[in-house]
Amino acid sequence: MKKLTLPMDDETRTSLKAGESVLLSGTVYTARDAAHKRLVHMLECEEPLPVDLNNAAVYYVGPTPAAPGHAIGSAGPTTSSRMDAYTPVLLDEGLRVMIGKGRRSEAVKEAIQKHGAVYFVACGGAGALLSHCITESQPVAFDDLLAEAIVRLTLKDFPCFVGIDAQGNDIYDLEDTPVSETGKM
Amino acid sequence: MRTISVSAVTEAVRKACGEMAFFYSPDILERMEEGRKNECGERSRTAMDMLLKNAAIAREERIPICQDTGLVTVWIHAGQEISFTGGSLKEAVQEGVRKGYAENYLRASVVKDPLYERVNTRDNTPAVIYFDITEGDQLVIELTAKGFGSENMSRQKMLKPSEGEQGVKNFVLETIRLAGPNACPPMIVGVGLGGTFDYSAVLAKHALLRDLSRPNPDARYAKLEEELKTAANQLMIGPMGLHGNTTVLGIRIETAPTHIAGMPCAVNICCHACRHREIRL
Repeated sequence: MKKLTLPMDDETRTSLKAGESVLLSGTVYTARDAAHKRLVHMLECEEPLPVDLNNAAVYYVGPTPAAPGHAIGSAGPTTSSRMDAYTPVLLDEGLRVMIGKGRRSEAVKEAIQKHGAVYFVACGGAGALLSHCITESQPVAFDDLLAEAIVRLTLKDFPCFVGIDAQGNDIYDLEDTPVSETGKM
Repeated sequence: MRTISVSAVTEAVRKACGEMAFFYSPDILERMEEGRKNECGERSRTAMDMLLKNAAIAREERIPICQDTGLVTVWIHAGQEISFTGGSLKEAVQEGVRKGYAENYLRASVVKDPLYERVNTRDNTPAVIYFDITEGDQLVIELTAKGFGSENMSRQKMLKPSEGEQGVKNFVLETIRLAGPNACPPMIVGVGLGGTFDYSAVLAKHALLRDLSRPNPDARYAKLEEELKTAANQLMIGPMGLHGNTTVLGIRIETAPTHIAGMPCAVNICCHACRHREIRL
């Protein structure tokens, strides 16, 4: 399995292929519905953003509160398509990596290609497992949004697949799923 | 007349909220393990492995199965010979949700107003409550805490009676296809057929509570449940939508008498983490 570190350089990012299995380590920012709405509103009002989006990675997640002794609670991906309306604007601002689940709009796919960005898909409904791959969690902005606040996370070998690559290939359109060597029925 | 203190309801709801978040129902877990054996693709197999490992971590470490710990729906089936004491029954249910979510570190996912004031209520209330007055003095409480990744992919259609069984099949399968990877497959699908526009949706949600080992008691609908399951799995959406054999773990149909002019059909899609509990007091 390919190990990748965030932030990622252009060459690494654009060489990824939809369907590849990867382990991500490094910094990502959480943001989902309400945070996206606010970020885009701030851009429209020409206000400074609370995060530097240049070559940034965003994870669409609203974790459960961390229990004592844990960095974070359950933290699996939410449905990415709800962020589609806001995504092209954020890609224009420098966002390059997204992690979520499910299909994206054509407009998002085009913007991914235009910017040489990448969309990873993580396992929906595996929030307990994925919480083990998050070692730190630091509040950044919009605390009033609770689970929807922007938080800086440190990932350690976080498993996901390349969902949409810089050429616009989509994992959900791949039908020639490789057969696992040990996986004969 | 039997007397029940509403504090007993609060306590039961509180306990159920925690259990639902951490523990899969055994019937679902069994189907997931079967599904894992039927996956031979590298990606779909990885997805099933992750889901099973996730289930074990959730159970052993008490970390919620999914970060979307849901919006709670409660059915109160109360015998007409019960007298509730000690306060408001409705408020007792909400207090149970409030306590269960806070003490188990579950996510507050409810906003006050759907359109203008999307402000988090901070305690995951209010739950949706349905009351059903039954004969006798038994109290049965059913709960589900449904996530919205799958809820958002649910649909309702007023089918024409002439569309018959094929019309139902087409609509259910189309809904599953459109849900695709967004609904966190493998899914459990609740179908509500009959009643009215609104009641069909309640039936669809309630259908999700039925154990996967218990087919519909009416043989015709039991057969339809199985046929739909087979056809849904042939869609090859697969675990996580990564193309594979396990698209649905089960399809559950509930029906009600309806109007001569109509055949309401609601499809409530649920992810594999179909949280539900039944309490008898």
